[in-house]
Amino acid sequence: MILKTKGSPYDINTPIIGRVTRIPENIEYEIFISETIFSKTWYKFKAVLSTVKIISSLEIPIIHSIEKLDHLDEGDIVIINTDGIINTIYRKNSDHNFLLFTERCNSNCLMCSQPPKDRDDTDYFFSQYSQAIPLIPKDCPEIGITGGEPTLLGNRFLKLIKQLKEELPETELHCLTNGRSFAWENVAQKVGEIDHKRLMLAVPLYADVYHIHDYIVQAKDAFNQTIQGIYNLAKYGQRIEIRIVLHKQTIPRLAKLAKFIYKNLPFVEHIAFMGLEHEGYTSFNIDKLWIDPVEYQQELTEAVSYLSDFGMNVSIYNAQLCTLPENLWKYSRKSISDWKNIYFDECNKCDLLDQCGGMFASGIKKHSDFIKAIYFS
Amino acid sequence: MISVIQKKNRKFKEINYYQNHDVSNYFLLPFRFQKINSKTEILVNEVGDFLLVPVGTAEQIILKKLDKIKDEDLYLDLISNFFISEEVIPPLLNILEARYRTKKSFLDHFTALHIFVISLRCEHTCHYCQVSRVTENKDEFDMSLYHIDEGIKIMMHSPNPHITMEFQGGEALLAFNNIKYAVLKAKEEALLYEKHMTFVICTNLAPLTDDMLPFIKEHNIMISSSLDGPAFIHNQNRHRPQRNSYEVTIEGLNKCRAILGEDNISALLTTTNLSLDYPTEIVEEYVKQGFSNIFLRPISPYGFATYNEKKNKYQTEKFLTFYKSAFEKIIDYNKKGYYIREDYATVILKKILTSFPVGYVDLQSPAGMINNVIVFNYDGKIYASDEARMLAEMNDFTFQLGILGQSTYNEIFYGKKAMEIAENWTNESLAGCSECAFQSYCGADPVLNHATQGNMYGYRPTNVFCQKNMEIIRYLFDLMEDKSIEKIFRSWITGHSE
Ligand code: SF4
Ligand code: SF4
Repeated sequence: MILKTKGSPYDINTPIIGRVTRIPENIEYEIFISETIFSKTWYKFKAVLSTVKIISSLEIPIIHSIEKLDHLDEGDIVIINTDGIINTIYRKNSDHNFLLFTERCNSNCLMCSQPPKDRDDTDYFFSQYSQAIPLIPKDCPEIGITGGEPTLLGNRFLKLIKQLKEELPETELHCLTNGRSFAWENVAQKVGEIDHKRLMLAVPLYADVYHIHDYIVQAKDAFNQTIQGIYNLAKYGQRIEIRIVLHKQTIPRLAKLAKFIYKNLPFVEHIAFMGLEHEGYTSFNIDKLWIDPVEYQQELTEAVSYLSDFGMNVSIYNAQLCTLPENLWKYSRKSISDWKNIYFDECNKCDLLDQCGGMFASGIKKHSDFIKAIYFS
Repeated sequence: MISVIQKKNRKFKEINYYQNHDVSNYFLLPFRFQKINSKTEILVNEVGDFLLVPVGTAEQIILKKLDKIKDEDLYLDLISNFFISEEVIPPLLNILEARYRTKKSFLDHFTALHIFVISLRCEHTCHYCQVSRVTENKDEFDMSLYHIDEGIKIMMHSPNPHITMEFQGGEALLAFNNIKYAVLKAKEEALLYEKHMTFVICTNLAPLTDDMLPFIKEHNIMISSSLDGPAFIHNQNRHRPQRNSYEVTIEGLNKCRAILGEDNISALLTTTNLSLDYPTEIVEEYVKQGFSNIFLRPISPYGFATYNEKKNKYQTEKFLTFYKSAFEKIIDYNKKGYYIREDYATVILKKILTSFPVGYVDLQSPAGMINNVIVFNYDGKIYASDEARMLAEMNDFTFQLGILGQSTYNEIFYGKKAMEIAENWTNESLAGCSECAFQSYCGADPVLNHATQGNMYGYRPTNVFCQKNMEIIRYLFDLMEDKSIEKIFRSWITGHSE
């Protein structure tokens, strides 16, 4: 999946955000994609993208000589940068859109799929999203918010959530956050005041004791802050999901973590157990993280059935059904974003292909040794 | 407290770096402990979380002999479950506080259950019943409309937005006209005082006639009936001239189920000396009648109530034997796939296994009397609980709080009598209970203490309430060592299997 492309910029002094169209009459859109030479209709748009090389001076921002634009569909929202880079912000025909609020993070998880960067990008992203949000189709079913750590936008985080609520009241918002910022009660309170019923805050929790969690997220005091944060969010009526990534560091106390959650955080709406994704830092730390899923099924079964027995809402993400015992199949969800999702050759023989979540594309690098087609007959 | 956004460097650190190393010693948080069998002891913290550990562990913990490295698993379990802390003030202390508040939040709204003894008359002459009268004399033994009105006034005064009005007898249905009057009146007042009402009629179903059902249905009144077991037990317990109490009950049950719906009718078991010999048969009868719950209630000690320690102890032992046999049968059914739960155990298990508040009138601390229940007797006298009324029928008026129409709300609920009872209704402050590991699963019962030991405070070593609860709670922990039983227990808590 291509989310980024580049061409030669012309007359672009500040990033331009808009929806793309190839239809010249579609003038309520902002950015025109042209594969031919100049026409007057170009002036009706804020900017033009073209695969053709354009030399003459026109008084309109243009990125030309772009190699390919096939990945853009009618209505996709892009940002055109001054250096000629075109990033896709929103894909109209996808159910897996997410808004990356910042690449900064106050943690540094061993298995981070999107390793944080330390430069301050918050102005850039805030301005990008405050312009893009009004352009998102009102019937968009769901949007993810990710980072980095989105709350590091501070007040601008709150503004964007508020804007999302106002512009897209019907859209489910799923915000991944490490929850630490909410240890400040006033931050939780402010999110509470926005009172957006469709906002779900998904917070990772990796152990029932501080030092293991702190080690996994590589931040001292993170455990206490996250727990405190979850409590504060609950106090202000926020919907909360707990996410647990399954790897060598989380498995030994997994059942105890499940108990900790039910005893101390029984108000959470959903608990997701997630297979490891081989992106970002994971490869670097693979020795500390890798355990064949087949080897942790006993721990997973205990944790999942414990929570589920007590009526908690539990899911398993990123798992291949052939690595799960049959009684856990019903918790498995197809959760991997369309463009990252792959299957193995073996899968073509498998009767469960339709129900199975398959693999992250990156899983090619390392995956369970026990991928085996399942037959019903 | 929260680290800065900018990380100094993103080089990965080893796990040791994140461990607190300056702990030469750990600190104890409040917890209680007790041996539950020859190998195992239980540790229970202030919010009811428990750990089962080998005998001797508590001593190790308390003598600070625990080693963070050598005993790592246990050490981490103790930290995670709020038994010990590496800091004087545990960093998540406010989570513990919130959980404690939650556990006790059944107290938040004050009295919910208001029992109206609508008539003392009955057409049964059960031998264990000290209370009811077979008589046509309505004037003397039915609650007057005046007392009903006054009772409703007090009821509407309760700060609780959810109110249950329960009609008891004698046989409540003998005064059905008064029930109708009371329900309509209460509903009218509830609108004014913004109360959400639930109505319950306790009845042996014998006087139930078809023309009563439409009213019961229209007002969503729940029926609480009695089933003591198979016919030979039920009819023996419940004397009627025709010896057909069982048949009448079953017929009534089925009628109510058909017209009011399965969920609006329940049955209570009264355990008698006769029942004690037939635990299996009683459970089988409940299954035969299609029930998914059974409440194995102890024999009311108010019949035999004496200060005779030996006799009390013996009776309780007999009940416990009965309880366990019946319980085994119930577990058996569940293992075979028939869902049926035991209600008393379920109350205790909820306290043990969840962090939710469990206010159950007969097993809570502070006790249910006054806090959660109040009884208005047919003659206008007000009692702290149903048992308090039984005592009064035996001419002991210790727990009478006032008289309808004469006493004010404050005199009833905050008067001298209430204060005196309150001194004794919190097991946290009763000798024996204060250090008991089961304290947070158990309760306090000043009325029973008074009836069996002569004072509200009670003396735990020979106390029947203690004897019963300590053994049942211990027994439940014993059973839970079998994981398949623990799973059944979870289904009792949530009310559904799988
Ligand atoms: S073989 Fe492929 S499709 Fe079948 S269960 Fe395994 S991973 Fe899923
Ligand atoms: S009554 Fe007995 S079992 Fe209950 S808390 Fe008191 S000492 Fe413990």
